[in-house]
Amino acid sequence: MKIAGNRVSYTLDSTLESVNRAEQTAEGMAAKAGFSEDDRHRIAMAVREAAVNAVLHGNAYDPSKKVRVSFENTGEALVITIADEGPGLCEEDVPNPLAPENLLKQSGRGIFLIRSFMDEVQFRTLAPGTEIRLIKLVPGNSGAHTEEAK
Amino acid sequence: MTMKSSTRQVDGVTVVDLSGRITLGEGSVVLRDTVRDLISKGDKRILLNLGDVTYIDSSGIGELVSAFTTVRNQGGELKLLKLTKKVHDLLQITKLYTVFDVRDDEAQAISSFKK
Repeated sequence: MKIAGNRVSYTLDSTLESVNRAEQTAEGMAAKAGFSEDDRHRIAMAVREAAVNAVLHGNAYDPSKKVRVSFENTGEALVITIADEGPGLCEEDVPNPLAPENLLKQSGRGIFLIRSFMDEVQFRTLAPGTEIRLIKLVPGNSGAHTEEAK
Repeated sequence: MTMKSSTRQVDGVTVVDLSGRITLGEGSVVLRDTVRDLISKGDKRILLNLGDVTYIDSSGIGELVSAFTTVRNQGGELKLLKLTKKVHDLLQITKLYTVFDVRDDEAQAISSFKK
């Protein structure tokens, strides 16, 4: 674990324990940043879903591949990045889980939930892998970061 | 907190009392195995009591959907009882709230199953 100012980062194995650790760190960072109980839950769940995607779909539990996670409170927003070393994700190829034909499918809701719970979600293709950047505006600071991020 | 599951029979309906987290890994597996066991024994009227379920992730939602379709495909019924606010909200935003038959009162839920 590295701590620099308001930034905490980890390099984690591709395991479910890593998912739990990322989720717990998110919950703690969100609490420190002053988010409500509901928002803490949403942030932690978004991070859990992103970490599951990295471990399960990205790295496919490959012990030689790592997941890099960072959390930063910029003062305006809580910014979380999660990167895997997998084959890459084409976000546009992910089916809409709310479409009638997908409603009763067992999987495919993770990215939808992440988007529902965070203010901004960005994907970046790495070589190899995918990085997802999750942004939640800190209460009382809405607006400024969104403009900057756009 | 890991998930715990126990079953009881009430007027021909199998009530499954679940508690803890239904997430990728242990919780989802417990739910899947529980429903499979019930179906293999011929129990096709299943009420999942989620009153003590504190957390469900997308994998857990997937298991609920899978359990629902599996039981329905066997000609049975699977209903949900006592959702917490978090689980209720999750089913709302995923548009699954109207797919499941969700009940708050156990006695009414039991009597709503086809005889």
